[in-house]
Amino acid sequence: MTPVHAMLAAGGPVIPSFGKSSSCVQDNGAFCFDWIRDNWDSTFQPALINHLKLTVIAVGIGFVLALGLALLAHQRRWLITPLTLVFATVFTIPSLALFQVLVPISGLTVLTAEIALVGYTLSILFANIITGLREVPAEVRDAARGMGLSDRQILFRVELPIALPAVMAGLRIATVTVISLATIATVITVQSLGGPIFEGIQNDFKTKYVAAGLLTVVLALVADGLLVVTQRRLTPWARARRA
Amino acid sequence: MTVPVGDISAPFTFLWDQWDSQVRDNVLQQFGYWGAAMAIASAIGLPVGVWLGHLHRGSFVAINTSNIGRALPTLGVLAVGIGVFGLTFLNIVVAFAVLAIPPILTNAYVGVDSVDPDAVEAAKGMGMRPREVLVRVELPLALPLIFAGLRTSALFVMATIPIAAIVGGKGLGEIINNQASFRLSGVIGAGILVIVLALGVNALLGVVQRLVTPRGLRLSGADSRGDAPPAKSVLPTTTTPEQ
Repeated sequence: MTPVHAMLAAGGPVIPSFGKSSSCVQDNGAFCFDWIRDNWDSTFQPALINHLKLTVIAVGIGFVLALGLALLAHQRRWLITPLTLVFATVFTIPSLALFQVLVPISGLTVLTAEIALVGYTLSILFANIITGLREVPAEVRDAARGMGLSDRQILFRVELPIALPAVMAGLRIATVTVISLATIATVITVQSLGGPIFEGIQNDFKTKYVAAGLLTVVLALVADGLLVVTQRRLTPWARARRA
Repeated sequence: MTVPVGDISAPFTFLWDQWDSQVRDNVLQQFGYWGAAMAIASAIGLPVGVWLGHLHRGSFVAINTSNIGRALPTLGVLAVGIGVFGLTFLNIVVAFAVLAIPPILTNAYVGVDSVDPDAVEAAKGMGMRPREVLVRVELPLALPLIFAGLRTSALFVMATIPIAAIVGGKGLGEIINNQASFRLSGVIGAGILVIVLALGVNALLGVVQRLVTPRGLRLSGADSRGDAPPAKSVLPTTTTPEQ
């Protein structure tokens, strides 16, 4: 035996260890908590944070744009019908198709995803804000004018607060929708929670995609819950009216 | 950013040329998923919703089912379902049924619950037993809202089935998700087809609604009381865009 062989023989058999994987993972179990815990930082947390970023940006921009457009249409009534038609059309486009169609235009980037997400948010929020503003009873508006308020004051001190429940309802729907659509955005950019889902399914690694899927569901429910609480806080008079 | 100004008839040529080899099978698969999911969702949602509405109980359950259901991210639910139960026809159908139940259940509940109490009183005064009241008075009067829920679900499920292709399911999503093979014209063509199918089942159920509504109610215009808001209405929608 050469010196090398002697050394190797003395050390015992060499068993390569590719890392620790529990029996749960090796059996491809649906929910291996240990794997999730070990890989939270590398897999789930970045995806979750990116997902949140996508959502917040889309809803934020969408809300600002929708509010601006709604206020504009509130002043110039002739804008309402065409804008509503445009948004209703966007609303109907299947999200998967919209993402794919935008790819040749702006590439496989976050921008493409955001364009689509903002589009859907706009569709939802515009309708809600406009309706909320229109539902303000005429008598209330008359009373405000009788009190001497200017148009702008009426808008900010009377109409918008009364429209707030409709706006919040729209925000709830929009946020929850965007969270769901952001998972589908994974087909064009892997940065959301859809990434682990897609990768997990391609590699048939159950825990990865089940955990990511559950995470999306929990995220959506938590966001919905938070917005409900915010809505109740911001509109105490609606509570009293209902009671 | 270049905008591909292509041949506007390309999507339709695609659908025509590829009908036999690809599109027809996908359409049949879509209807397969859709029919099964709607059947299960109706079988669960309608009886539960109608019964709770009849008893005027469980509004908390009914309303929150709708809220939670609306918040559920489609891809998340699909991922969890497939991970836990495997990638089969039945599991995908179950995932879509879960997503379809809330509008059906909630609308059935609200429909029966909000039937004019005077009509119910009159029926009882005429000597009808509770079951007769339900079948002969409450159900017919609740039909508009019940159908609104069915149509909302039908449209939503049909338009959302393409998502299943991301996780390995079949249907028109196979085309939409595969821009590499089917080119942009294919994606747009399949997308248009999805929209047509979704609006088509909505219209079809509208016809069914008309046929099922008793003549007296139809004449009084009560059958359009609870129509799902058309895509072009300004009303805030309670549906979410196809995810």
